[in-house]
Amino acid sequence: MRKKILELKGLEKHYPVYGGVFKRKVNSVKALDGIDLDIYRGECLGVVGESGCGKTTTGKAVINLHAPTGGTALYYPENGEPVDIAGMSNRQMKKAGIRSRLQMVFQDPTTSLNPRMLIKHIVAEPIKEQEKLSARELEAKVVSILEMVGLSRMHLMRYPHEFSGGQRQRIAVARAIAASPEFIVLDEPTSALDVSVQAQILNLLDSLRKDLNLTYLFVTHHLLVVKYISTRIAVMYLGKCIETCPTDELFMNPLHPYTHALLSGIPNPEVTGNSSRIVLEGDVPSPLNPPDGCRFHTRCPFCIDICRREEPALIDVGGGHSVACHRQDSVAALVEERYGISGYC
Amino acid sequence: MAVLLTAQDLTTNFYTYEGVVRALDKFTLSIDHGCTFGLVGESGCGKSVTVRSMLRVIQSPGVIEGGRVLFSEQAGTDPIDLLELSEEEMEGIRGDSISMIFQEPNAALNPVLTIGYQVAESFLFHRTAQMSTRICEKIDGGVSFGLLTPLYRAMLSIAAKSPKSRFLKACSRIPLLRRWDTPVKDEAMRRAVDIIGKLGIANPEEIVTRYPHNLSGGMKQRIVIAIALACHPTLLIADEATSNLDVTVQAQILQLLNDLKKESISSILLITHDLGVVAETCEKVGVMYAGTLCETGKVEEVFSRPLHPYTQALLTSVPKFHQEGELQSIEGSVPNLVYPPSGCRFHPRCPKAMEQCSIEKPELKELRKGHFVACHYAEAQVGGLV
Repeated sequence: MRKKILELKGLEKHYPVYGGVFKRKVNSVKALDGIDLDIYRGECLGVVGESGCGKTTTGKAVINLHAPTGGTALYYPENGEPVDIAGMSNRQMKKAGIRSRLQMVFQDPTTSLNPRMLIKHIVAEPIKEQEKLSARELEAKVVSILEMVGLSRMHLMRYPHEFSGGQRQRIAVARAIAASPEFIVLDEPTSALDVSVQAQILNLLDSLRKDLNLTYLFVTHHLLVVKYISTRIAVMYLGKCIETCPTDELFMNPLHPYTHALLSGIPNPEVTGNSSRIVLEGDVPSPLNPPDGCRFHTRCPFCIDICRREEPALIDVGGGHSVACHRQDSVAALVEERYGISGYC
Repeated sequence: MAVLLTAQDLTTNFYTYEGVVRALDKFTLSIDHGCTFGLVGESGCGKSVTVRSMLRVIQSPGVIEGGRVLFSEQAGTDPIDLLELSEEEMEGIRGDSISMIFQEPNAALNPVLTIGYQVAESFLFHRTAQMSTRICEKIDGGVSFGLLTPLYRAMLSIAAKSPKSRFLKACSRIPLLRRWDTPVKDEAMRRAVDIIGKLGIANPEEIVTRYPHNLSGGMKQRIVIAIALACHPTLLIADEATSNLDVTVQAQILQLLNDLKKESISSILLITHDLGVVAETCEKVGVMYAGTLCETGKVEEVFSRPLHPYTQALLTSVPKFHQEGELQSIEGSVPNLVYPPSGCRFHPRCPKAMEQCSIEKPELKELRKGHFVACHYAEAQVGGLV
């Protein structure tokens, strides 16, 4: 039995919109609208979706960087009772020793590292929060962490601008693992990097996960990257999780029409000759007023009456595969019939 | 196939504080009529500088130092050297025979002008003469524009001959007379609505009155494409046209470009760092590294049997559908072009580097049919095949 590390139940994050003469709250951006997700120890859960679908908000809400406005996020420590971190303040989290367990690596390493701090201080900061070490011990620890991410002692006394993009991202990873966390949210860690450097970072992250027994939440819009690194994938659309399943299963047997569209839209770097793809009409609706019924019905090629009226629930179809679609039984056949696509592997 | 555009030994330097950045070093490239050419490479390797040099829109401190850019619009005609034209002649070519889609639609569109104005502008700039002739014919056919119609008719016939004449400029300062170009502007707007509609945007009549911030990213990119396509260019340059878009929107835009290529434009030069996009849309590909072209040829050929070590490394570092084992990465990082490596610019990172590589710059040679490579190692390996 796999052990859970985080369990999200109906997690919500609404950003208020103020308007009118008295600047009252007139509406809210439903960036995250009731998401149910279990994250197990030692896995790498990839979160994919288009921009504006709430991927990054999920990442931040999960570790309570943005206080969620509703729902619960249960954190299961290694040994002990589960804690609901959704309602906790920053101070409470620090006191309970949870903050250091949950870390994050941001998208753009140029903006997430303080340009006026030496690498030594950037990496030492999270260590100092936890334990009191003498200067020499601290430096030894910082060097050992830098070596883990492929940097060395000679990089200690440098500023972030002296590094290339890939090296900066290594520093950001070093800072995250310095707090000896159990769970790291990786928010598009490679999208600001070139392909050759991206491969280095992906391999580094993968080996760190195995060596330090970490759990990742890997947020990205690049499906082939997520296929390479993740063990399980959650597909999001407009603040909802619409399909979760193990990586191989998702590519072999996707059930949601949106997942089909995403997978068929991946430009394949291998020249195969045949490339039929599902081209969706229009854009993602505004999260201010999400459509009634199934959120995807405005763009779905297989929309029927019930989709406009009722919102489908995320149901388990076996094998760790959950999907939220009224027509999940027939989607694969419909896709093959209309687009002639029968698989993505 | 006839050659549409050739860049020969193009050299562009940037004179910065740190030193001279040798962004393009004797860059050579040729694009055929009716071909979709993909230019790939890592960031900072000079992809954008290449096309900007071709169109002569390099900004200071960049200077085009030498080389030739030969452009022959019709197949079989004598090519003209774009680098030797006057700025005025160049203005006539940009946006007309060669046009460009920029990377960031937010930066390419002016936030204080309506969409309609921005699209119609390219018609007003390049097609005033043609539109004036058309309107003159209409007036002769009995269409009236009020009391001053005969006067307007006379001015329009001047515009039909020389749209930038000083006389017309002077007239546009005089009340009543300045209204001679209203029918031209209306016609331009009509054409703008037309082309926006063709790009698959719903109710174009309404869209032309909107401002860029009213539209979504995908729509803005379509508008930028509409501006580029307005005058039916012979060559369309798409500089990272889909890089900032989502997968589903990217699929829409790529399909659009594909359809348009069949109908109107003759050639596309697609600049991207996404090898997948190149594999699916292009016929030919050029791989760039640090300001030089290291390999070029048919996409299937280059992607399935790459000869240059950089191309090989680049292809193995991209995650694929059928990923086997670990991703391979290229050690080190892109060199600083103020102090470019001697000889072959890839040799410090190259696993196959030989002694010769650090001394002598390899020439681009045809090692297989239609497959050009600039590498000493590949040359030694394949050598006698051609």
